Amino acid sequence: MTTATEGITPTGPTGVEELPLLRLRGVSKHFGPVQALTDVNLDIPAGQVTALAGDNGAGKSVMIKTISGIHPPDGGEILWAGAPMHVRTPGEAATLGIETVYQDLALCDNLDIVQNMFLGRERTHRGQLDEESMENAARETLTSLAVTTVRSVRQAVASLSGGQRQSVAIAKAVLWNSKLVIMDEPTAALGVAQTAMVLALVRRLADRGLAVMLVSHNMNDVFEVADRIAVLRLGRMVAERPAAEMDRQIVVDLMTTGASSRVAAPKASGE
Amino acid sequence: MSDLKEETPMPDAEHPESVDLSLAMGPVADSAGDYLRAAFVRIKGGETGVLPVVGGLLLVSVLFQSLNSHFLTTGNMVNLLVQAAVFSLLAMGEVFALLLGEIDLSIGFVAGLSAVVTAELVQPSRGWPWWAAIAAALVVCALIGLLQGSLITRIGLPSFVVTLAGLLFWQGVMLYILGDGGSMLIQDNIINDIVSGTLTKTGGWVVMLVAVGAFAWQTWRRDTRRRDAGLMAPPTSLTIAKIVAVLVAGVALVLLCNADRGILVPVFGMPWVIILVFVVLAVWTFVLGRLKFGRYIYAIGGNAEAARRAGINIRMIRTTAFVLCSFTAGIAGVVYASRLRSISTALDGGTLVLYSVAAAVIGGTSLFGGRGKAMHGVLGGIVIAAIANGMGLLGFSAAAQYIVTALVLLIAVTIDAVARRNRPSGT
Repeated sequence: MTTATEGITPTGPTGVEELPLLRLRGVSKHFGPVQALTDVNLDIPAGQVTALAGDNGAGKSVMIKTISGIHPPDGGEILWAGAPMHVRTPGEAATLGIETVYQDLALCDNLDIVQNMFLGRERTHRGQLDEESMENAARETLTSLAVTTVRSVRQAVASLSGGQRQSVAIAKAVLWNSKLVIMDEPTAALGVAQTAMVLALVRRLADRGLAVMLVSHNMNDVFEVADRIAVLRLGRMVAERPAAEMDRQIVVDLMTTGASSRVAAPKASGE
Repeated sequence: MSDLKEETPMPDAEHPESVDLSLAMGPVADSAGDYLRAAFVRIKGGETGVLPVVGGLLLVSVLFQSLNSHFLTTGNMVNLLVQAAVFSLLAMGEVFALLLGEIDLSIGFVAGLSAVVTAELVQPSRGWPWWAAIAAALVVCALIGLLQGSLITRIGLPSFVVTLAGLLFWQGVMLYILGDGGSMLIQDNIINDIVSGTLTKTGGWVVMLVAVGAFAWQTWRRDTRRRDAGLMAPPTSLTIAKIVAVLVAGVALVLLCNADRGILVPVFGMPWVIILVFVVLAVWTFVLGRLKFGRYIYAIGGNAEAARRAGINIRMIRTTAFVLCSFTAGIAGVVYASRLRSISTALDGGTLVLYSVAAAVIGGTSLFGGRGKAMHGVLGGIVIAAIANGMGLLGFSAAAQYIVTALVLLIAVTIDAVARRNRPSGT
């Protein structure tokens, strides 16, 4: 049913035939009698921002957790760079290069930026923490992402603004040579300027060649940065298309009813 | 959190706008003045560090000295440091629990048990050597910590309840071992000398110079390495100033200890116990500041869920922290017994543990986890001892001492709370 409604395009918007970094084929997940995901197909190519839209309860969070190893799927197949992927824990996913930035960011307020970015993966030199090396690496990563609004990388995270905290959480995910960064509602708690800052950062990640999966139900954000949009409804993938072929109304229709009769005007809704 | 002297943020007056490039600008503060100004800004922002407790200590000293000129005599000051040792050691142990956002109420009687085990094993009838007796006592304490820590982390019981049970249980065990006699004399000279023995005058100088030398080398190496790595670091002048300040403090301490403080016979030299406290302080500061283990304690205290997601073995770290807490209490217990040259049922572990929590908090450790240092325990312990000592000199009753200690505790927590209101968002 899913594939019948809106055809899956194995090609990127550029039309070049290439293997997506992550490919879900017929993935299902249930919790007891509750079917959270049904026969889901999704491609997440490198170098692009794939937005996952869906109403509350559509299965977005379950999908993140399925990919990041918290809830391995019951059925179907996940391909990582073309090869079947079987991750059972977030640690295994991280080893492959999958990093997830959850909505609560998972930062320790009492630690500084460097300490947070390296938490759990500290560099040591003869058993002692190698602060210089970690600080340099953190600074380089932040600078390369143009996250330059923080006064000092030795500032406690408690003293950062919401957008800065989000940026630190994202930079933390990027630090590890990750190939896929999954973000859960990164702008949910942010003001206008901070949202713009974070979205620009999301864009830069994709421009660096990372695959980015952005989970959001904020249409402004989705159309601002996404190259491709996938819409989940009641655990099923109802659409997966380049963003240029969609507009807000189509996405909202898909989210709420599972179908849309509209056809997007070329370069819709003039952002 | 990483070390005693935290890095100070860059002075940022020229960066008011949202998108600036302070990360890219020169990493070394231009001058010591800039650096100090940045430190002042940070203090005003609520990052007060140990300033309140040092200020409080000065205030208490001036107050008691003005009321009784005997307070700041060399003899009394050395005496005070010795009195503070038990509180300081216990408080350093308690800091491990507090950093996790937990509490350990049992350490008063764990210390008592340590004293009893040591005293029992060095009885002539048993004939253990002093070091074996102390080692056995410390192992017992570590195992107690392991047991309590496991109950807390494996079964998920609240630390308050588990260690409250510990308080009662270990008190019972202690009383049981002490039996009808109710007290045990320690005849082992080495154990008694931990508190009453002193170094020679020269020995005091040598130990102090070695310790300050080690500190200077560490500080110098770290600051130059940071400068070489192009990271923000204090200017050379400030590094030297830091080292000189510590050297001056060391010289003052040795002069104080080497002055004759005897009344009938001359007494001088640095008591061993002061060195013991410094060693424990140095080791725990290293563990908390330089090792992954220490970093994880802070992380768990700050946000346990984040630590868990970072792949940290929370259960193991928390259990180990309780082990170290009890272990440190064991050291305090040996010192307690050494000071009295005996151990009896008069040991009030309940008051000791409450004083240790108070000392840690007065020193600047947060009860909510994630913020605190071993140094806080030492300074807080000295404040508590100073109050007891000063009030004793003035002839106040124990009742008055409790009341004043309570007020100081409240003032310390209030200063912390008010200072923290200035922080951008509280931790």
